[in-house]
Amino acid sequence: MSEDPSIPSSSSSQMSEDDDRSPPLDLIDGPIPSSKSRNCSGVSGSGVGTSVENTVPYPDQVLENVLENVLCFLTSRRDRSSASLVCKSWYRAEALTRSELFIGNCYAVSPRRATARFTRVRAVTIKGKPRFADFNLMPANWGAHLAPWVSSMAKAYPWLEKLCLKRMSVTDDDLALLAESFAGFKELVLVCCDGFGTSGLAVVVSKCRQLRVLDLTETEVMDDDVDWICCFPESQTFLESLMFDCVECHINFEALEKLVARSPSLKKLRLNRHVSIGQLYRLMVRAPQLTHLGTGSFNLSEGMAQGDQELDYVSAFAACKSLVCLSGFREILLDYIPAIYPVCSNLTSLNLSYANITAEQLKPVISQCHKLQSFWVLDSICDEGLKAVATTCKELRELRVFPVNAQEDAEGPVSEVGLEAISEGCRKLRSILYFCQRMTNAAVIAMSKNCSELVVFRLCIMGRRRPDHVTGEPMDEGFGAIVMNCKKLTRLAVSGLLTDRAFSYIGKYGKLVRTLSVAFAGDSDLGLKYVLEGCHKLQKLEIRDSPFGDTALCSGLHHYYNMRFLWMSSCSLTRQGCWAIARELPRLVVEVMKSNEGEEEGDNFDTLYMYRSLEGPRDDIPQFVEILRPGI
Amino acid sequence: MAMFAQDLEATELRLGLPGTNDSEQNTSSTTLVSKSNKRPLQSDMNENNDSSPANRSDEQISQPPPSKTQVVGWPPVRSYWKNCLQSKKTEAEAAGIYVKISMDGAPYLRKIDLKVYRGYPELLKALEDMFKFKVGDYCEKKLGYNNRSEFVPTYEDKDGDWMLLGDVPWEMFIVSCKRLRIMKGSEAKGLGCCTP
Repeated sequence: MSEDPSIPSSSSSQMSEDDDRSPPLDLIDGPIPSSKSRNCSGVSGSGVGTSVENTVPYPDQVLENVLENVLCFLTSRRDRSSASLVCKSWYRAEALTRSELFIGNCYAVSPRRATARFTRVRAVTIKGKPRFADFNLMPANWGAHLAPWVSSMAKAYPWLEKLCLKRMSVTDDDLALLAESFAGFKELVLVCCDGFGTSGLAVVVSKCRQLRVLDLTETEVMDDDVDWICCFPESQTFLESLMFDCVECHINFEALEKLVARSPSLKKLRLNRHVSIGQLYRLMVRAPQLTHLGTGSFNLSEGMAQGDQELDYVSAFAACKSLVCLSGFREILLDYIPAIYPVCSNLTSLNLSYANITAEQLKPVISQCHKLQSFWVLDSICDEGLKAVATTCKELRELRVFPVNAQEDAEGPVSEVGLEAISEGCRKLRSILYFCQRMTNAAVIAMSKNCSELVVFRLCIMGRRRPDHVTGEPMDEGFGAIVMNCKKLTRLAVSGLLTDRAFSYIGKYGKLVRTLSVAFAGDSDLGLKYVLEGCHKLQKLEIRDSPFGDTALCSGLHHYYNMRFLWMSSCSLTRQGCWAIARELPRLVVEVMKSNEGEEEGDNFDTLYMYRSLEGPRDDIPQFVEILRPGI
Repeated sequence: MAMFAQDLEATELRLGLPGTNDSEQNTSSTTLVSKSNKRPLQSDMNENNDSSPANRSDEQISQPPPSKTQVVGWPPVRSYWKNCLQSKKTEAEAAGIYVKISMDGAPYLRKIDLKVYRGYPELLKALEDMFKFKVGDYCEKKLGYNNRSEFVPTYEDKDGDWMLLGDVPWEMFIVSCKRLRIMKGSEAKGLGCCTP
């Protein structure tokens, strides 16, 4: 979870595991070791004053103390997992010194078990729903409730400082309990969450007096008509980061201005689209120390005309000498783009993915962004805009190109031309997400050769099963080249017309691939079989609308316990096939569900979602989910 | 009569392309090839002609879907993000009718957009989900809700009167409703709660 400081990233990529090389947490299903009660203030080397419960006193107290001190420096999850497997005393020492807990699947382990093993945790990360839930492939109310976690942690970790959640269902009551229970609470990061409103935010900001980070990214917040900005304490705050660009409700600007004025440590501020450019100006002059800024609408407030009150926006930006990460532009008024010129040459991250601008409008900006490492943009800039990016942004590590028109048969402003240009100009590229309407194998092959550092390659050709538009061939060779040439690749998303051959390449060469997304691809069971048999590091596999059936599903039996989850929707599975897995692998929770709530009971189902778990079937399934449990 | 109906169909004004039929629209990705061979007009412009024959000749591909309907969740762009982009275009039409809603005993208010719902049944279901209660059945004859539930949904109209939800036709309701309140049954007796 540690962020690479050389690449400022948005909160959501903080939650991505693509840069963290550690494998899933291997929780040992052994007797829960008794935790010695000790002084909880930091790490103490002294073993004095311990009350041991049921354990036999071990011989080498000194060695264990040394071990604990050393283990504090171990931050990588994989390393800690390895350390815990050495022997029982290392297991105990590691458990006592783990201060950051990462739960990749909230249903893989229970709060009780996790808090019992790790007793001194200060920071927790929990991930809930599978990613395909973002695309309406799962009805609401599936689960991933924060409630049981908050109530367990309230008792086990009263000193908790940090909570990061991704795709969890969070209620106002959960937030209220959080605010009540953790006196020293400092950081709340919510990515792609939902279920609460501004009432919940109000409780958190008013009660968590030590709060320094409140980051909401792509999270839905209900409008309860509560003025949560007013609920911050009146005195100086410890706020370092306040990101609410996804909050759709109006906010009290005067209160926000005063808040910024009394938050001397504020470095990151992301405003929602209800903040006008005039208001942005007022905030910027109060906070020139900002490093990360989300500009809000970047437009005039309603009812105001240009020229009514021309503020010196250029100076405001020029004063922000530390600004490295710029985003927002939710309703951009193009005339104001030049205001950001003073900061362009310092930017390492620029997010224009809400700004529908052309290549000509982009060029004056991007031509100054020599240091840019992360760039998110709309395809409105066309291939020409991408060429401009390739010309200047030699340090680019991450590129995301989103579609203005997310439809299958829309015009495609970007194509293989843009992709190839990027691959020529941006040799240090590590991560790419590219939406387009047409693509060629040649361009993808070029990228595989030019960008050998690629860790994440996600290409979305929006027309389902669309072949190489020049040769008419499937896209097999392109994706094959990616897995062959990009030796560090851990995440792959495929699209376009793909035969089983593509999957044979992935199975053969994709030895480090951990996450794979497949949609409308493949010919037969062989495709899935290649992947399950070849990709030894595979942890997350999400497949939709592909002709893979029960035989293919069975070919992964040897591997499913090593995976975090498998999602298969609208494929060729049958109930019997899923039952076979459930019988063979008792530690797997096998959920079958329908895509629509309220559908009639019947034998067919739309989705298989299965994951390993130490707890067995969860007890909070909604009506549209069925868990296949042998013996019942 | 039948002949007359056929003539009518031929002269019918519709938004679809000539030759298309509502019943042939794809709603799911696994639907087999639909009968229409027409491609939506917009993609005819600037289209690289090489791609279309390749598309159509491959049997595996389902017919290019009509521009109106789309496959669920495809392309994989988060709907939250898509809405942000779309909302700018249609903000004029999308101006919702937001009303506050409170429930006796619940600590939090909510705001909802009445435009989102098509009628009382949908609205009531949403209220039940939001506040986790059951509303009971509205009995028109006796002008009230049977008190199988202790909660009664009411609203304040433009004149400041508190009315029972469902008393007036839906269209009249959404223009006259100022706010909603889910009252405890005992308080709502005056509004016409009927006993079973």
